[in-house]
Amino acid sequence: MSAVTQSEVSGRISLEGVTKKFGEAEAIKNISLTLHKGEFVALLGASGCGKSTTLRLLAGLETATSGRVMLNGRDVTKEGPAARNIALMFQSYALYPHLTVAQNISMPLRLGRMSALQRLPGAGLLSNSVRGMQDAIAKRVLEVATTLRLEKLLQRKPSQLSGGQQQRVALARALVRDPSAFLLDEPLSNLDTQLRGDTRDELRALHRRTQYPFLLVTHDQSDALSMADRIAVMIDGQIAQLGTPKNIFETPANIAVATFIGNHRMNMVPPGEAELLHTAGGQCHVGVRPEDVRISPNGKLEAVVESIAFHGEETILRMKTQNNTTLRTMLRGTQSLPSQGQTVGLAVEQSAMHFFDRQGQRQKVPQ
Amino acid sequence: MRKHLTDLMLVGPAAILIVVFIFMPVAIVIVLAFTDYQFGASSANWIGIDNFSTLFGSKIGRKALSNTLIYAAIVIPCSVGFGLLVAIGLHNLSKTLPRISAILRTVYFLPVAATMVALAVSWQMLLHPSLGLINNWMSMFGLQPQRWLSDRDLVLYTLAVIGVWQSVGYNMVLFLAGLAAIPSTLYDAAEVDGAQSGWAKFWIVTWPMLGPTTMFVMIVTAATAFRIFETVAAMTGGGPAYASDTIVYALYREGFVYFKAGYASAITVVFFLALLLLTAIQMLIVERKVHYR
Repeated sequence: MSAVTQSEVSGRISLEGVTKKFGEAEAIKNISLTLHKGEFVALLGASGCGKSTTLRLLAGLETATSGRVMLNGRDVTKEGPAARNIALMFQSYALYPHLTVAQNISMPLRLGRMSALQRLPGAGLLSNSVRGMQDAIAKRVLEVATTLRLEKLLQRKPSQLSGGQQQRVALARALVRDPSAFLLDEPLSNLDTQLRGDTRDELRALHRRTQYPFLLVTHDQSDALSMADRIAVMIDGQIAQLGTPKNIFETPANIAVATFIGNHRMNMVPPGEAELLHTAGGQCHVGVRPEDVRISPNGKLEAVVESIAFHGEETILRMKTQNNTTLRTMLRGTQSLPSQGQTVGLAVEQSAMHFFDRQGQRQKVPQ
Repeated sequence: MRKHLTDLMLVGPAAILIVVFIFMPVAIVIVLAFTDYQFGASSANWIGIDNFSTLFGSKIGRKALSNTLIYAAIVIPCSVGFGLLVAIGLHNLSKTLPRISAILRTVYFLPVAATMVALAVSWQMLLHPSLGLINNWMSMFGLQPQRWLSDRDLVLYTLAVIGVWQSVGYNMVLFLAGLAAIPSTLYDAAEVDGAQSGWAKFWIVTWPMLGPTTMFVMIVTAATAFRIFETVAAMTGGGPAYASDTIVYALYREGFVYFKAGYASAITVVFFLALLLLTAIQMLIVERKVHYR
């Protein structure tokens, strides 16, 4: 909903009908995406779906085969990363291993403010203006390092830091200048579970404080759902759906998105068989999340229990219908579990059903 | 006790071989360096540092030393520099034209794989004062033909150029391996940080990341440059008038032509100490500036 109102405001950075080919292969097919000021967008997709390429196109590390990249209303399609001033945090952090933390963080400023001649070692000894610049840079580095609790580590080398510290250095390096947008490539994938949670909160807080447009690339839907204002689900080089996390979870635009989002894969009953669940099922796929499938003696759809997996708080039953459709249901508690091989009836509330036409697009069905 | 015995048995054979074939000969050479021993002689006289003062005091000895230093001073930087240049060129070329890059890599490596003495013969033909291809081309472009191998002021530089030509390929291969090990995200990071020119990316990423490789290449090149022997032996015999005499060639001549084992041993000791010192200095200077992952 907020997506609708915001898209009328002029965006700060956007892809307009961008296609990227590597040789003959189309990695990105006609993508349009706008990042607004103060917005946190997640680009969610399985590995190899083109989300990293999208990120590199935004950053200027790749050039679009066709389409335009706009920055504050300016066409920057042909411009490199330096001209776009976009901060990018790499999945591997890509810290310079031979430089100290302070030198790593100061690199964007040194490259942005000083000429090659002024960057030469010892230039500060000869020129007052260079020394002035160095002092200003050092001050800014300390400022950023302090906000990320790195001030005690400034003289260390990256190899002497833990993974979480390295990540904060990468963050600091991205934040040290005033970027036009902030891109994060899988920022949480290299961290352990404990640190992941903390880092999520920290990134959210950072975003609120700085108000830069954030773009988070991730394959982990829980990262995307919990952090982003908007999610762009990427499938096969295209944006399959763009919307708020709630929006995407509750009304997936097509079968691909529906089965991609959710901790447990959404059940998809094909047209025909789905008539047993709803009258519209004669022509439609009916999708039901496992947590919404109930075992009921009145259920018309019957299935044989194939396996029972105990997951602690919940138990997942895998079942097969007569037409060989695999269905999963998630049961809370351990009472009254059916046994393996038993035939059970399944029922679903109509409000929990998702309808998709034969092409896989979401269908509105009168209640 | 049993464990000590196992340790000894594992280390023993290699240790004995090292002592017998490396440490003892070195000790003998050091002792001989202070004598006037000649091959086949039944006795030798202790003459103190006479051999060393001959080496450093005589014109011929000093010529061999200075020639070797000049040769190394040309070959080390040129060979390392060109090796790096060629490696970067071929590394970038391999992204667009992998075939051509692979062919060129082989071409550059050929002089390393081939026998230097055989190559020396072809160089001799190329450099022949009247029949050689090089002088033919020189006169075609209106340049004065040169007596490359018999001109006293030129011969050492001719040998140096051949030395560079021969070692560039080896250094190139080492640098190529070093370049391949640099993660490409570092270049992306440098670009995002604002490095626009290839030059800036070279100084921010390539050069520091190649540090360990460069250090290794420098030491190896220095060791081969100071040992220069084959081209001298095959092409000039140290001539004309000792203009291309080098330490190892002098060592060979004194020891195996004139059979002055004592004097040859003294040259060996000096040479050995010089190389040791050089490697130590390089390690000390470069190690501090080099980043190891």
